[in-house]
Amino acid sequence: MIRVIMLVTAFVLAALPLRAAEISSFTLDNGMDVVVIQDQRAPAVVHMVWYRVGSADEPAGKSGIAHFLEHLMFKGTDVLGPGEFSATVTRNGGSDNAFTSYDYTAYFQRITADRLGLMMEMEANRMRNLEMTESDVATERAVVLEERNQRTDNQPGALFAEQRNAAQYLNHPYGVPVVGWRHEIEALNRDDAFDFYHQYYAPNNAILIVAGDTTTHEVRELADRFYGPIAPNPDLMPRKRPSEPPQLAERRMRFADPRVSQPYVVRSYLAPPRISGAQQEAAALTLLAQVLGGSGATSVLGRKLQFEQQVALHVSASYSGVSLDDTQFGLAIIPAPDVTLADAEDALDAAIDEFMQTGIDPVQFARIKMQQRAAMIYADDNVSGLAHRYGAALTTGLSLADIEAWPDIIDAVTEDDVLAAARQVFDKRRAVTGWLETTAPEHEVSE
Amino acid sequence: MKRIVLAFVALIVLALPARAEIDIKEITTPGGFEAWLVEEHAIPFVALELRFRGGAALDAPEKRGAVALMTALLEEGAGELDAQRFAEQTEALAASFSFDAHHDAVSVSARFLTENRDEAVALLRAALTEPRFAEDAVARVRSQMLSVLRSDLNNPTQIAHRRFDALAWGNHPYGAPANGTVDTVAALTRRDIRDAHAGALARDRVYISAVGDITADELAVLIDDLLGDLPARGAKLPEPARYRLQGGETVVPFNAPQSVAVFGHEGIPFDHPDFITAYVLNEVFGGAAESRLNREGREKRGLTYGIGTYLSARDHGALVLGQFATASSRMSEAIAVVREEWARIAEDGLSEQELADAKLYLTGAYPLRFDSNAAIADIMVGMQFQGQPADYIATRNDKVNAITLEDINRVARSLFTPEALHFVVVGRTPEQNGQ
Repeated sequence: MIRVIMLVTAFVLAALPLRAAEISSFTLDNGMDVVVIQDQRAPAVVHMVWYRVGSADEPAGKSGIAHFLEHLMFKGTDVLGPGEFSATVTRNGGSDNAFTSYDYTAYFQRITADRLGLMMEMEANRMRNLEMTESDVATERAVVLEERNQRTDNQPGALFAEQRNAAQYLNHPYGVPVVGWRHEIEALNRDDAFDFYHQYYAPNNAILIVAGDTTTHEVRELADRFYGPIAPNPDLMPRKRPSEPPQLAERRMRFADPRVSQPYVVRSYLAPPRISGAQQEAAALTLLAQVLGGSGATSVLGRKLQFEQQVALHVSASYSGVSLDDTQFGLAIIPAPDVTLADAEDALDAAIDEFMQTGIDPVQFARIKMQQRAAMIYADDNVSGLAHRYGAALTTGLSLADIEAWPDIIDAVTEDDVLAAARQVFDKRRAVTGWLETTAPEHEVSE
Repeated sequence: MKRIVLAFVALIVLALPARAEIDIKEITTPGGFEAWLVEEHAIPFVALELRFRGGAALDAPEKRGAVALMTALLEEGAGELDAQRFAEQTEALAASFSFDAHHDAVSVSARFLTENRDEAVALLRAALTEPRFAEDAVARVRSQMLSVLRSDLNNPTQIAHRRFDALAWGNHPYGAPANGTVDTVAALTRRDIRDAHAGALARDRVYISAVGDITADELAVLIDDLLGDLPARGAKLPEPARYRLQGGETVVPFNAPQSVAVFGHEGIPFDHPDFITAYVLNEVFGGAAESRLNREGREKRGLTYGIGTYLSARDHGALVLGQFATASSRMSEAIAVVREEWARIAEDGLSEQELADAKLYLTGAYPLRFDSNAAIADIMVGMQFQGQPADYIATRNDKVNAITLEDINRVARSLFTPEALHFVVVGRTPEQNGQ
């Protein structure tokens, strides 16, 4: 019934620590991938189903439908009444939730290990048998609008990020917020949700991850029993989003809001993600973010701008390569009192220029490598975190082999690799620079 | 399908919840410190938690924020090392230390690898016992704290909590933010920070737990070395706080699409014999995702993304406190729902079924908490801080299961007092909403 495609057990690498958690994987006949992360320290499991679909897969004009559907998945099925899924998890001492991103939508429960079968039974049921009334849809749309209010419209920093993101992508749907634009959320309906559901919620578009106090054998048996009978969707198309044209012009914006007390500058550059079989550049960018902004007291930008010139209260550099399509490398500076945003941005640019000239301090680089190796040990203490990391990687085009190879690839990155990656990515024609500012409080906030 | 689902549910409801089997060793070091240890040699690191009773509540009224600023400065240079050298050495060892001050305690969370444990502990020891509080570091961290404090003044959720605390506790330290105010923090001197250090980090008030790759003997040596040079006694703890807020509503005008409400009244202290019953009660009312308030406010009416209540049981005063946010135009409807539920639970209590479901949930969820070295260390230090014995973990589910409907409804009548319920609402006034 189940074809075992791979069995990865604990591995040993010369410079890297032994992984305590044992990881295995297989694929069901209907195309559903399964990953098992064993950790017997607590009598609990995390059961997750990840769909290879996110907001960047939405039809044009239906922004927010991936996330809205995620909410509606709790409304009921042919056998589960509205709210009964979560109520059943709760009655069994578990907790459940779900999340949506650009590239994936995931549902999870954390529960006593002996309830794993029940979780699979219910999750398998709602993969194909969702039901909802018009009234459920209307009420839940109001909840989602309040979620958008709470997380975006009431947070000037989040509104600013939404605008910058939209400017970063000229054509790719990463420029559209995951939660959706307000006017489009308001128009989402039951048909939109079902269209999206029927197209994307199928075993051949899903990854099951079970982490905790279980065995490969148990997961295989239960997955085969509950997920195995679900027919795949033969009409599933390869994931192909509109791609970016060459970005030829620097973009700049000023976002002003009376609720801002602390102005700051953010710069983002279009940057490549981790690519299956070719993760070296992403590894170099991961370390570049650490070198430039990993810690205030020891990073290149922290030393220069916070300690030496004292023009910044805080600086940061950020990059995450876990993304199906081109992602962003970010820089941010919160100026010290009496430093203007213009001066802060100039100081940031000058510090980057100087870094490109002088290169990387080998002692700092060695410290960062040591921390990356130790991160593997600390990661083993958080089995939910491991499960999350596997799910995010596997739904963004990476394979198990890519995930296993990543620590080695990071460890092999040289200072020259980091500088080469920096030269590639720091091109202002592909950058958005935003200033967050305050305005006089009488200005009316738009809704 | 339906029959299968139901059969499975029936089967597992009868199953007993798993028990948390946590083997706690209670040790007393030669230096006289008591600590709890769980040995876990599967992963080569140790999670260490320290908690010093007192915290920001030790601040004098004009020195609010001193303990918080002091705590933020512990990693900004110690002994022979300035801030940058200290950070470099910590990173070179891949150790991590975090320092946090809240009203009742200063918390220290550390994790370090087995392979360089001694070096990591030496760094932490320097941070705790020989912090430099250099002028440049004080200026730098103070600026960061002031930036956060100014942003809080423009954040509706922060504004709501601050106003509620100020109204509830007046001049008691609980009435002011643990981080102080822009005025008090701006005026703090290096001397204030040294005083805060001497008062807050002392041997007479520390609770210790460790989980990971270390034996009891090794831990005893580590603790004596780490904490032995701290002063024997710290500052006097504050007096109990007197709750001074009446029922009603306080509106703070703020122009944003969504309004924030913080609501509640006086609560139940942690050491009260009914506390665990009140805890179960609150889970049903507003604590859990499946609570009455979420059902009424979110599931049925779509008023909010989430509404919750919790028992805030601090050392010197307790609250039942809740929070939600909703479109300004729907705030009065939402407040009416909360008031109605508050009155209903006080009058009618819970149903047999609600209590049974809550017991299943809480007893099943409890063992799941103990799922990492870091989590177990945190729970153990919290238990010591609250005065719970180590065997509480083994007996806690029995205590939950022993609660009767009569007990919990008696507690509901005394805990929930509709006429005392006060809302602080931060948002647009009816005029701003165009009503």
